[in-house]
Amino acid sequence: MSLKSKLHELKLKYQGKKMAPAFNAFHTFLFSPDETTHAGGTHVKSADDLKRTMNTVIMALVPVLIFSMFNAGYQHYSAINGFPADFSLMNDFLTWDNFWIGIIKVLPLVVVSYGVGLLVEFIFAVIKGHEVEEGYLVTGMLVPLIVPIDTPLWMLSVAVVFGVVIGKEVFGGTGMNILNPALTIRAFLFFAYPTWMSGDKVWVYGARERSEEILAGANVDAISGETILGYLAQNKGAEMTYSVSDMFFGFIPGSVGETSAFLILLGGLFLIFTKIASWRIMVSAVIGSLVMGLIFNQVVDFGWVGESSKFYGLMSFDFWKHLIVGGLAFGIVYMATDPVTGSQTNKGKWYYGFFIGFISVMIRVFNPAYPEGVFLAILLMNVFAPTIDHYVVRGNIKRRMNRLKNATIYPKDSDGKAEELKAETV
Amino acid sequence: MALLSKKDANLITDPLADNNPITIQVLGICSALAITAELKASLVMAISVMFVLGAGNVVISLMRNIIPSKIRIIVQLIVVATLVIIVDQVLKAYAYELSKTLAVFVGLIITNCIIMGRFEAFALANGPWRSFLDGIGNSLGYGVILIIVGFFRELLGSGTLFGYPVLGDPITKTGLYATGYENNGFMIIPPAALIVVGIIIWVQRSRNPALVEEN
Repeated sequence: MSLKSKLHELKLKYQGKKMAPAFNAFHTFLFSPDETTHAGGTHVKSADDLKRTMNTVIMALVPVLIFSMFNAGYQHYSAINGFPADFSLMNDFLTWDNFWIGIIKVLPLVVVSYGVGLLVEFIFAVIKGHEVEEGYLVTGMLVPLIVPIDTPLWMLSVAVVFGVVIGKEVFGGTGMNILNPALTIRAFLFFAYPTWMSGDKVWVYGARERSEEILAGANVDAISGETILGYLAQNKGAEMTYSVSDMFFGFIPGSVGETSAFLILLGGLFLIFTKIASWRIMVSAVIGSLVMGLIFNQVVDFGWVGESSKFYGLMSFDFWKHLIVGGLAFGIVYMATDPVTGSQTNKGKWYYGFFIGFISVMIRVFNPAYPEGVFLAILLMNVFAPTIDHYVVRGNIKRRMNRLKNATIYPKDSDGKAEELKAETV
Repeated sequence: MALLSKKDANLITDPLADNNPITIQVLGICSALAITAELKASLVMAISVMFVLGAGNVVISLMRNIIPSKIRIIVQLIVVATLVIIVDQVLKAYAYELSKTLAVFVGLIITNCIIMGRFEAFALANGPWRSFLDGIGNSLGYGVILIIVGFFRELLGSGTLFGYPVLGDPITKTGLYATGYENNGFMIIPPAALIVVGIIIWVQRSRNPALVEEN
């Protein structure tokens, strides 16, 4: 008996029972169900269901994940031995040693994120008595990519439970949430355990352990894993050794998956090509961040902010470079475009995206504690998305009402009937 | 209960469960968010409100027939303000450290919606004894929620209860901290109280579906 028919029998056996959703989920995840719609019906048959949508996003994320596994090792060894003088991709980056660090540090984050998140989803499906929702498939992949590599696994589990329950299930599950669950998890971690989420010791595997060894009296060199934004926030931009191509291709420290703007760009193009994500949000967010960056650059150029200012480092940072460092690219492509929490109207998407980019860069520059603002900006705009849509819809109604008022109604009559007709319609 | 008739006893028990001022009437949320980071502050706040509401209800109830209805809000405010100042002075005299923690929030008991709400809804229409019971009942209902929220926020946020370290010492890494556990900084900030109160409301309404409003 094949696995499929076994699962089908299990499904029939548990039909109507409390645990049914859990079995159905496995069944429909692995195979298409035996039950089909009536052959003569008028149903629209499309494979483009929620599972397919989610899987497409995951496909766009896989290159980023694999890159991040290599980068984990590359950053670790470079922090200890110094960056290689003449960098070669095959010899210095795509090595088994680097990948091994990724396997022991990044893979557990992925496993814990999926394990805990899906467990919560299954429990809620059984309690509520409906099918398991696919919403966590993408969230579970996003979460390990937006946390620092040294995040303890128990913290991640606590945050995932919080994010899935408070961020999503209390609102009614997948499709009903106001805030992006992955960013809710990130925000919870940031506010609950700030020492593990910021500073110069959490972005590179080993930096924290080294500093603890030194505190205990070991005779080893401290290693620093300061991010580019971290350097700039302390006005130490001159000490930075990363080139623009390092920033673009992602050979820099940072949250696990956020570093490679290049692969994120490819993922974004893939999502636009498959029409899963909205290009309007991506384009307008890029414009928003460039505009804010330009304003800050102008402020520096006019001499209103001198080198002694604590904002100088980030304000004088070339406006277009904001896009290739930190989490801005990742946030714009994978987080802001979440169809549930973003704006629904096409016009609204422009406003929504623009303000995400605009506010992200603003928070980056002005937040003294933490030189990154993408997740806060997206969460803020998540909250405002329904308001934006409301005004777009109302604006549309108003415009069409005006058009109707000024419309000429034919046939034109000399006895004033047309005027009456017009008054009635309006 | 021999001491109280069933009707009177309900005045005390109803606000504890199905007519709770915080979770059902959603009054007095502000102070529940502000001062529940520590259990001790929650307890003192609960007792202070119990005093103000119990005594205030009696005073208003005694005066209910002579207060002109046009200026009743002002009269109520004067009564509350007097009682709050008494509480504030007592705290400053006998628990100075605590009064600094509670700071402005003792003064803000005046604006606690539960108090004016009970004056308006109950004391103006009932006798002193029943008003007193109603005041005690509502402040107990308020206090219970405050203490539950304070318990979780102090335990998870600071690892202490009433200032006593129950989970070990986070600096020398003893007790639970030796396993790598860390205090949850999120529980210290006021939004956490909103979420804890929300979870209490969630649990209460799923246990008693009759409380769920139609919308």
